[in-house]
Amino acid sequence: MSVDLSTQYLGLKLKNPLVVAACPLTGNIDGLRRVEDAGASAAVLPSLFEEQIAHEEAELAKVHEFGADSFAEALTYFPQPQDYRTGPEEYLELITEAKRALRIPIIGSLNGVSTGGWTRYARMIQDAGADALELNIYYVATGMDESAESVESQYLELVEAVKQSVSIPLAVKIGPYFSAMANMAKRLADAGADGLVLFNRFLQPDIDLESMEAMPRLVLSDPWELLLPLRWIAILYGRVDVSLALTRGIHDSQSLLKALAVGADVAMVASVIYRKGFSELGKMLSQMQDWLAEKEYSSVEEFKGCMSQENCPDPAAFARGNYMKALTSFTGKPI
Amino acid sequence: MKVRLYRPFDAAAFVAVLPKTVRAIAVMDRTKEPGALGEPLFLDVVAALAEHWATHSGNGHMPKVIGGRYGLSSKEFTPAMAAAVFAELRKADPKPRFTVGIKDDVTNLSLDYDEDFSTEADDVTRAVFFGLGADGTVSANRNSAKIVGENTPYYAQAYFVYDSRKAGSVTVSHVRFGPRPIKGSYLIHKANFVACHQFHFLERIDVLSLAVPGATFLLNSPYGPDEVWDHLPAEVQEEIIGKKLRFYVVDAYRVARDTGMGVRINTIMQTCFFKLANVIPPDQAIAEIKDAIKQTYGKKGGGKVVEQNFAAVDGALAALHEVKVPDRVTSKLHRVPPVPEDAPQFVKNVLGMMIANRGDELPVSALPNDGTFPTGTTKYEKRSIAQDIPIWDPNLCIQCGLCSLTCPHASIRMKVYDPGLLTGAPEGFKSADSKGKEFPGWKFTLQVFPDDCTGCGLCVDACPAKDKVKPKHKAIDMEPKLPHLERERRHLDFFLSIPDVDRRQVKHDTIKGSQLLLPLFEFSGACAGCGETPYVKLVTQLFGDRMLIANATGCSSIYGGNLPCTPYTTNAEGRGPAWSNSLFEDAAEFGLGFRLAIDLQIQYCHELLRRLAGQLGDELVGRLINNKQESEAEIQEQRRLVAELNQRLATIDSPDAKSLLASSDYLIRKSVWSFGGDGWAYDIGFGGLDHVIALGRDVNILVLDTEVYSNTGGQASKSTPRGAVAKFAAGGKPVRKKDLGLIAMSYGNVFVGQISLGANPVHALRTIIAAESYRGPSLLIALSHCIGWGIDMAQGMSVQKDAVACGYWLLYSFDPRNEERPLQLASKKPTGSFKDFALKEARWAMLARSKPAEAERLLALGQRDIDERWTLYEQLANMTRAGVKAAVGGDGHGQSE
Repeated sequence: MSVDLSTQYLGLKLKNPLVVAACPLTGNIDGLRRVEDAGASAAVLPSLFEEQIAHEEAELAKVHEFGADSFAEALTYFPQPQDYRTGPEEYLELITEAKRALRIPIIGSLNGVSTGGWTRYARMIQDAGADALELNIYYVATGMDESAESVESQYLELVEAVKQSVSIPLAVKIGPYFSAMANMAKRLADAGADGLVLFNRFLQPDIDLESMEAMPRLVLSDPWELLLPLRWIAILYGRVDVSLALTRGIHDSQSLLKALAVGADVAMVASVIYRKGFSELGKMLSQMQDWLAEKEYSSVEEFKGCMSQENCPDPAAFARGNYMKALTSFTGKPI
Repeated sequence: MKVRLYRPFDAAAFVAVLPKTVRAIAVMDRTKEPGALGEPLFLDVVAALAEHWATHSGNGHMPKVIGGRYGLSSKEFTPAMAAAVFAELRKADPKPRFTVGIKDDVTNLSLDYDEDFSTEADDVTRAVFFGLGADGTVSANRNSAKIVGENTPYYAQAYFVYDSRKAGSVTVSHVRFGPRPIKGSYLIHKANFVACHQFHFLERIDVLSLAVPGATFLLNSPYGPDEVWDHLPAEVQEEIIGKKLRFYVVDAYRVARDTGMGVRINTIMQTCFFKLANVIPPDQAIAEIKDAIKQTYGKKGGGKVVEQNFAAVDGALAALHEVKVPDRVTSKLHRVPPVPEDAPQFVKNVLGMMIANRGDELPVSALPNDGTFPTGTTKYEKRSIAQDIPIWDPNLCIQCGLCSLTCPHASIRMKVYDPGLLTGAPEGFKSADSKGKEFPGWKFTLQVFPDDCTGCGLCVDACPAKDKVKPKHKAIDMEPKLPHLERERRHLDFFLSIPDVDRRQVKHDTIKGSQLLLPLFEFSGACAGCGETPYVKLVTQLFGDRMLIANATGCSSIYGGNLPCTPYTTNAEGRGPAWSNSLFEDAAEFGLGFRLAIDLQIQYCHELLRRLAGQLGDELVGRLINNKQESEAEIQEQRRLVAELNQRLATIDSPDAKSLLASSDYLIRKSVWSFGGDGWAYDIGFGGLDHVIALGRDVNILVLDTEVYSNTGGQASKSTPRGAVAKFAAGGKPVRKKDLGLIAMSYGNVFVGQISLGANPVHALRTIIAAESYRGPSLLIALSHCIGWGIDMAQGMSVQKDAVACGYWLLYSFDPRNEERPLQLASKKPTGSFKDFALKEARWAMLARSKPAEAERLLALGQRDIDERWTLYEQLANMTRAGVKAAVGGDGHGQSE
C-alpha cells in the first residue's frame, strides 16, 4: 500500500516531513545538493548571526582605524577593501545559488535579538529567493534586573517587526526556557509567526580545567533529547494555529514517527547526518513509510497528531502523568 | 616669480619676464649645498643674468642678486618671512647669503621677522584641532574639508602635523575654509577656532597660544559646563579670560561610550565643530557627515557601525554646552613642564623645547655641533599615555619574568635585592621573598613605570599565574591608572634607588635571569603592543653595555633614534649601546664597517701592548691579549685589566702609550649588531646582507620580521606570506615567503636562528646568546607581530604561539660550531591547520571575505608551503655531518672546513 508522505509546513507543500535543520552542512552548495539527494524535503540554511555580523563589522572598522592617522609615514596599515563581505552578501549569494541548483524549498535563517536596522536582513533573505524564513531567537538574559516580561516583549516585538518586513512565511525557533510555554507559543503566533520550531539546542560553554578558561563546545544531540520537544508539540498541537516543527533528538525512523504522532508537521535533523551520514535519511524515510503502511495509514496527514495531548487516550500524561509513571516504574509498584 | 620648470633652465624666458623696474632679486632655494658658492637656483639665476647683461649692457645695471635658504626640514615659510626677505632686499647692503625661518646665531645669516605679521583675511575660518592619532581627529577633519570643499562654494584646506611617536601620538590639524582659493602653504598661527579633543593635553600643551582674541574654544571634557572651570590649569583660564574666548565643552567620550563607539570621538567632535563654526548650516553639515559615514563604513560592510556613528552624531549636539566664563583666574593647577625640573640642562633647554612643540624656536647654537645626541633621554619624557596599567600581586607571582620580557616599552621591571635595602621603603611598597635557589633570603619586586607604560596589555596576556579561587585574577592585572598613579610613582622612585644585581650573579640564559639585567632600551615611541621592541630590549639587556648598533631605516630606526628623545640608554657606569642609522639599505654593510674598524683598533692595541710590554709587564699584557671574554666574569675582568692598563699608561710618557690610552677601550670585546626589518633584510638591503654574511666576520644581524613594511604602512615585502593582504598585494600575496634563513644556512659558516619570543622565549633567549657568542656572522630572524597583521595587539604573543604551533613559523638554530648536527629544530611537528590560524588575522581574513575562492586556493597553498618546509627541515635536521661523510665515502669530499 502506498503512503502519501507529503506534508504542509509554513504553507509550503513538502514531499515528506524530513527537513534538514540549520547546521554547517547546509552552509554550502555541495552540502545542500547532498541534502536534496538524500531525500530531505527542505533545508534550513545556517543562521545569519546578528551578533557575528555586528562583531565582524566592528572588527573590520577597528582593523582599519587602529594605528591609522597617527604617524605621517603610515596613515593606514591595510589597503582599502574592495567587495568586502561581512557575511550577509555571501549568505544571500548562497540562497540565490541554492534556489537555482535545487528543487526543494530553501529556508533562510536569521539569528538576532534586536529590532531596528537588523530586520532589513530578513527582507534581503526574502529578496534573494528564500521560500521561508526561520527566525532563530537566542538571547541569554544575564541581567539581574532584566525580567521575563521584558525579554518576552523583546521577542514579540522582533517577530512583529520581521513579519512586517517580509511576505514569505516566518517560522520562529525558540528554546524551552519559558515559564509559560503554551502562552508564549500563542503570543508568538499572535505576533505573526507562521510556525514554531521546538526546540533550539543552545551552545553551552565548557571549561578547561588545565588552563582555567571557558571555551565553546559544540556537542551533537542525543536521542533522549527528543522527549522535551515531543511533549510540547503534543501540548500545542491543535491549539495554536501555526505549523509545528520538531527539532532535537530525531535519530531514526521511530523518533521521526513519534514527532509526527504528537503533531509535528516536520521533523528536523542534523546530528544524525554527522553520526551516520546522509544515507541515513533515506533509510529513515523508507522505514517510516513501511511502518505507516503496515499500520495502514494512507498518509502522513492522517497519522499526524494522533498522539497529541488532544487526541491521545490519556491527555493528562503530557501534563503530569509522565512523572508519575516514571516514578511507578522506578519503584516497581503502582502508586 | 615662480620657476615652474627648473631644468633645462630657460635663461632667456627668465630674463624676458623679469620686470624692467627690478633692482634687486632674492633667490630662494629650498636646499643646502655645503661647499658650493650658492644654492642651485641662485647660481642659475646669477649665470642667466650675467650672460644676458654681458650681451645686452644697454639695459642698465644688472639687478643685485642675493640667495636665501628656506623651508629645510619642513621649516615654515610664512608671509612674515617673505616680508623679511623684501625688507632685506630694500637694504643698501643686504646679506648676500641668508636663511629665513630659523634662528642662526652661529653664522648670524638668518633674517629676523615680525611674528605678528599676518596676511590672513578675516572671512577665512582658521581652525586648529589637537587630537590623538587613536581618536580619529585627523579623519574627521579630512572629512570636514571634503564636505565643505565639495558641497559649498567655499574653498577648503587641511594639513595635518603628526607625531614622531607611534604610541599615544598627538596630531594637530590645521584647517582653513574661505570664500577664495586658499594659497597659504603654512600652518595656522592665528586661529579663530581651537578644539582640544583630549582634556589632559591642557596640562602639557599650550593649545590656546594660537587662538586670536574672540576665538571659539571647544574642549572635550569629562566635566560639565558648571564644573569644568575648576579643573583647568591657571594658564588656560588666563588665556580664556584674556582673549575673551567663547568656551564650549562636550563630553565626547561619554557620547561615544553610550553609542558603542568606544574611543572614537571623531564624528562627535566634528558635529560640534560644524555647529559652532557656522561654516555651513549645521543641519546641512550633519546630513553631509552622515553621508560621509555611509560612504566610509558602507564600503566596509557596516550596518551596525554606520548606525553607531549616526547615533554619535545625533548625541553630540545634546551634549554640547557653552561655559559661562568667570572673570578671574581661580585655579591652583598649573601646566606641567615638558621635562622634570631635575633633568640635565641640555634636556631641559633643548629637548624640552622640542617636546613642548617649540623646537622651531631653538637657535642653531642650541644643537650639538656634530649631530650626536645624548642617549637615555626618553626617561624624561613622562607622557603618561596609558588609561590602564598593570598592577602586581606579589602573593600570586611566580617570578617567571615573562611580563618583563614581553613588555615592548621596558615599563615593567624586576629586581632582587638584600632585604636590608627595604629600609625606608614607602608605605605599601610591594615585595616578595625571592623564589628559586639563586638568591636565598633576598627580596623580589616587580615594578611598573606608570608614566611610561602604554597600557598595551601584552604583559597580562603573557602572565601564566592565575589565582586559584578567581582565575580571572592574574599576578598582574590591567587596572585603571589614575587610582594607582601617585602610589606607583612613589614606589617607582624607591625601586629605582635599589641597585641592580651584579651581572655575574645572574644566569643570563634563563628568562628570570635575563630580566634581572638592566634594559638599555626603554620607553621608545614604538606602537603600543609592538612585537619588535621586546627583542631589541632583550639584546640590550644581554650585551647593551658593550654593543654598537647599525640600524636600517624603518620602524626600528624611528623608535630607536627619534628626536627629541633617545630610548637607548646607559647603566650606572655610563655604558650603553652606541647607535646610528645610515640608510634603509645598508645596515649590514654599516655594521660590517663597525666590525672592520674595531678589529683594526684591536689589532693596533695588541701591537702597542706588545711594544710596551717591557714597561707594562708581560703578565698584564698577556692577560689582556689572551682573555677570551666569553663569560660575564671574563668581560668584567677585562674591564678591570683595561682600567689597570690605563693607570699604568698614564705614567708612561711616550707616543705609543698615548695612542694606546686613546684606544684601550677596544680591548673590551664589542658586540656589533645590525638591526632592521624585513623590508630591509629580505628586500632592499638583501644584497648587502648577503654580502656581509658571506664575508665571515663577527657581525650579528637581527631581522625584526613583521612580514610587511610596517613603518610606511604595511606594504608587501618578500617576507609577506602567501595569501596575506597587504598594500601592493591587495588581492593576497600570490607567492610564498622567501626563506631567508635557508639561504643563509647554505653558506655553512653562518649562524642562523629563527625565533619567536611569544612562542618559545627560552629558545629565543638562548639562540640570541649563542648567535652573539659565535665569532662569525650571525643572522637572527625574529617573528614580530604588528598592526599590519590585523590582530588584537594585546594578544600578539599568543598569536605568535599559534603561528609556531601550526608550523607557520619554524623555530630553529643552525650553529656551524656543532660538528654533528648544526641544525636543531625547536618546533614540534605542526598541529592544527594553517587555515584556522590564518583566518584569525585580518591580513588573511580580509581576502577570505572579499575573494573567498582565491583565499581558499591560497590558503591551501599556504598549508602546502608549511608541509613542504617541515619535511625539508626535518630532513636537514636529521642530516648529520658524520652521515654525510659516510655517504660520500670516508674522508674524500665530506671533509669539514
